[in-house]
Amino acid sequence: MGSWRVIPEHMPILLDGLWMTLQISACALLVSIPVGIILGLCRISRNRFVSLIAVCYVEFVRGVPLLVLLFWIYFVLGKILKMGPFLSGVVGLGLFSAAFIAEIVRAGIQAVPRGQMEAARSSGMTYFQAMRFIILPQAFRKVVPPMASQFITLIKDSSLVSVISVVDLTLIAKNVVATSFRAMEVWTFVAIMYFCVTFFLSQLINVIERRYRVSE
Amino acid sequence: MIQIKQVSKSFGNVNVLKDIHLEVPESHIYALIGPSGAGKSTLIRSINALESIQAGEILVDGISVHDSKTDINKVRSNIGFVFQSFNLYPHLTAVENVAIASIQVKKVAKEEAEEKAKKLLTSLGLGEKFASYPGQLSGGQQQRVAIARALAMDPKVMLFDEPTSALDPEMIKEVLDAIRHLASTGMTMVVVTHEMGFAREICNQIVFMADGRIVEIAPPEQFFTNPQTDRAKDFLSKVLNH
Repeated sequence: MGSWRVIPEHMPILLDGLWMTLQISACALLVSIPVGIILGLCRISRNRFVSLIAVCYVEFVRGVPLLVLLFWIYFVLGKILKMGPFLSGVVGLGLFSAAFIAEIVRAGIQAVPRGQMEAARSSGMTYFQAMRFIILPQAFRKVVPPMASQFITLIKDSSLVSVISVVDLTLIAKNVVATSFRAMEVWTFVAIMYFCVTFFLSQLINVIERRYRVSE
Repeated sequence: MIQIKQVSKSFGNVNVLKDIHLEVPESHIYALIGPSGAGKSTLIRSINALESIQAGEILVDGISVHDSKTDINKVRSNIGFVFQSFNLYPHLTAVENVAIASIQVKKVAKEEAEEKAKKLLTSLGLGEKFASYPGQLSGGQQQRVAIARALAMDPKVMLFDEPTSALDPEMIKEVLDAIRHLASTGMTMVVVTHEMGFAREICNQIVFMADGRIVEIAPPEQFFTNPQTDRAKDFLSKVLNH
C-alpha cells in the first residue's frame, strides 16, 4: 500500500490548482459560447462569404491538436499581443471549444423543421425575429445534451494548459509527484477531483434538461 | 385584392408555374384544385413570397409582393397563411402562438395581444385550450389554433394550403367549419384543397390547375356539372367517382 498521507499534506495546494482549473474553464466557456453561437449562425447564413468564413474557422480549428493550438497562441500570438499564460490558455481553450459549439448550434438550428421559419416569416416577422423567438428557443432545447458533453470536454481539456505554465490542477499534481514521489496516490486523487467536477456538472445539466422538457 | 400577372417559375428544368394569370376580387373565395404536382401549392406560396418567382408580378392589395423594394414583412403581416402541417410553435402555448406575431411585429402590448388571442381561440371553439402546448392538442385543434394565429394579424387575405390534408377524417369537419365561418365574414381567401364538396359549397370560383398551368376557371356549379376541358373532366371523373 502506498502512503496516502501525501494527499492531506498537499491539500491546500491541490485545491488552489483545482480553483485555477475551474477559473480557466469558466473563462474559456464564457469566450466559447458567444463565439460559438455567432459562428454557428454564420455557418447557416445565406451569405456565401459569411458562411465560408465560419466553415474555414471550424475546419481549421478542428483539424489542429489543442496542444499545438495552445503552444501557437502562447508562443506566437501571446508574444505579439503580450498575453500571459492564463489569458493564452483562456483564448486557446475558448477558441478551440467555440468551433465545436458552432457545429452543435448549427445542427440544433437545422434540426428545427423548415416549416417553423416559414410560419414565422409568413406572419411578418423578420429573419432575426424568427430566429430569436421561434427557432433558437427550440434549437436550445435540442442542443442541451451535446452542449453538456462539450462543457465536460472543455474542463478535461483544460488540463493541457499546464504545458504553457498555467498553474492548474494538473501542473500542481505534477509538481507534487516530483517532490513526493507518490505518483499513484496523487494521480488517483487528481483523477477523482476531475471526475467530481464533471459529474457535478453533468447532474446540474440533467436538472436543466428536465426542467425544459416539462415546459414543452 | 390579389392580382397574379403572367407568373412563371421553374425548379431547374422543370417549369412548375407557366404564365399564370389570376385575379381574386375582394371578399371572394377561390379554390385551387388539381392533381398533385400541378403547382397549386407553389402558386399559393408565391402569393406571400414563401416561393420566389422568375417572371411576372403578384399584387396583394395593390402592392407588388416580389418587388425587392417592397417591405415584404409588412405585406406578409396582411396575409394570413395556414399550412398543411400546421407549423405551430411547439415551445409556446396556444395563446402565445396566436399572440406572438402581434407582439413582435405590430408591437401590440402583451396583455392586449393575449386578450385578443383568447377571444379568437374562443370563437374557434378552443376556449379550454389557452394554456395547452401544440403537442397536447389534436390535429384539428392544432389547425384551428393555426387559423387563429393567422387571423390575429387582422389580415386582408387568407391563404390556405391544403388545410385538411394532414388531418384524420373525423377532424376535417371542425376545420372546414372554421373556414366556412370565416367565409361568412367576407374575408378574401384562396384555398388549395382536395375537399371537392367544400370547394363547391363555399367558393365563388374554382381554379383548376394541371402541369403548372391554369386550365380552367369557372363558378363551382358550372365546373362540377359541366367542365369545359378534357383535363378537368378527366380529373373530376377520378376524384368524384370513388
